[in-house]
Amino acid sequence: MKQKSVAVVGAAETTRLGKIPDQSLIGLHADAALNALADAGLKPSDIDGVATAGESPVALAHYLGITPTWADGTSVGGCSFMLHVRHAAAAINEGLCKTVLITHGESGRSRVGASGFARAPSSLMGQFEMPYGVTSPPTMFTVPVLRYLKARGYTVEDLATVAVIQREWAAKNPRASFKDPITVDDVLNSPMIAWPFRMLMCCLVTDGGGALILTSADRAKDFPRKPVYVLGTGESVETPLVSQMEDFTTSKAFRVSGKKAFDEAGIAHSDVDHLMIYDAFAHLPLYGLEDLGFVERGEAAAFVRERNTAIGGRLPMNTNGGGLSYMHSGMYGMYALQESVRQMRGIAPAQVEGAKISVCHGVGGMFAAAGTVIFSNEAP
Amino acid sequence: MSPRLLPEPTPETRHFWDGCREGELRLQRCTECEGGSYFPPRPFCPRCGSRKVEVYPASGEAILYSYVINHRPRPDMGTEPHSIAVVQLAEGPRMMTNVVGCAQTPEALQLDMPLKVTFEKQTDDITLPFFTPAKG
Repeated sequence: MKQKSVAVVGAAETTRLGKIPDQSLIGLHADAALNALADAGLKPSDIDGVATAGESPVALAHYLGITPTWADGTSVGGCSFMLHVRHAAAAINEGLCKTVLITHGESGRSRVGASGFARAPSSLMGQFEMPYGVTSPPTMFTVPVLRYLKARGYTVEDLATVAVIQREWAAKNPRASFKDPITVDDVLNSPMIAWPFRMLMCCLVTDGGGALILTSADRAKDFPRKPVYVLGTGESVETPLVSQMEDFTTSKAFRVSGKKAFDEAGIAHSDVDHLMIYDAFAHLPLYGLEDLGFVERGEAAAFVRERNTAIGGRLPMNTNGGGLSYMHSGMYGMYALQESVRQMRGIAPAQVEGAKISVCHGVGGMFAAAGTVIFSNEAP
Repeated sequence: MSPRLLPEPTPETRHFWDGCREGELRLQRCTECEGGSYFPPRPFCPRCGSRKVEVYPASGEAILYSYVINHRPRPDMGTEPHSIAVVQLAEGPRMMTNVVGCAQTPEALQLDMPLKVTFEKQTDDITLPFFTPAKG
């Protein structure tokens, strides 16, 4: 299968994460890119393919001094980087380029060189959602959740439990923004943002970035780092309007993307050693566990409550602390990918011993898009 | 309070906003396939792609499908917590709205409660459709 012939040979985050008021958005892209190039032992002139979101691939290539023969500006929100990995694999396999740089950088907190969130009032969102007071993701991504809780018999305590376990993982990660333990009561007593969501059920807002370098598996063995192979990928989109999701209790994009990745990789769920599910909000890992097929519908909350995804559990999930506790610049997908790569390289702060397969699943917009990448540290 | 963010109709959605101004919630449906009603407006059926679609007045009846209560309202939405809701119309499609005319609390906003449309004029051109409890 074509997807199996591509590997990650460089991966890095920005030098700093958190509050970085002295770097602009494109500066963060570049910092991450230079760190990933150093990781791979490459120079910008060695790169002939670029992909990015939140910034133009043209601006990125020019800023870094790259002359690409392939460029991808797919921008579908926080999972764009999962789609870039998928597209880069296809481009490399098709011979359009040999060495692809994927970057992310976002001044989510400091807003240096960043644009605002406003939607054109003539867009569908501007006409049919903005007039009702939606602002940032905490008032949109959250809209389906009461229907989901009712359909599944889940509770707000189940949402809080997701946040508590994320924090346990974060405690093992020196780069995590928040490391102090929290309880379900702490979460349920944190400030109300948008009922039923409390502050500790919502992701952080930080500055940062990350970058990946991919090349063909044939070439990958010549790089300084042990390659991390791409076994399978998936992507899909559903709707830019959260109000128009087909079903508030399941993400169609998640299901389509996840199935495609698993089919391409030719693996079973029981083969998966490590899992990342983009947790912009506490309900997303519950949707993800169900929609990717790790549990049946209605089983996700108990699966988390019984600590299957926690430290020592049989399916370690969001081992960097996730968007809820590690960091979240707005487009978190790159950080989930970085943690999957670290786990496959065996260098993660909360390393899952002996892990050979990592599934990394991202979401874009408010359930608008999804991307899934399955990695392995063993050549396929 | 700054003026509320209002929609700018496009040629494809103008009939909907004209309807709101005239006190009528207008939906569209396909006359070619069995796909039924759809929303938001567009001049073709999103299920079969046919351009043979018609605009018709909906009943204005709905149930409360899901919602949040925003405790940090946008500057143009006042200072009190308010619902951001999705209702399921009797004709099938769902739309985002605000539930008005009742307390903005989890106790008052029960999922599946029956609602009916109500219109509030914002400008000479734009009237927004809101929903209010159908009983009491």
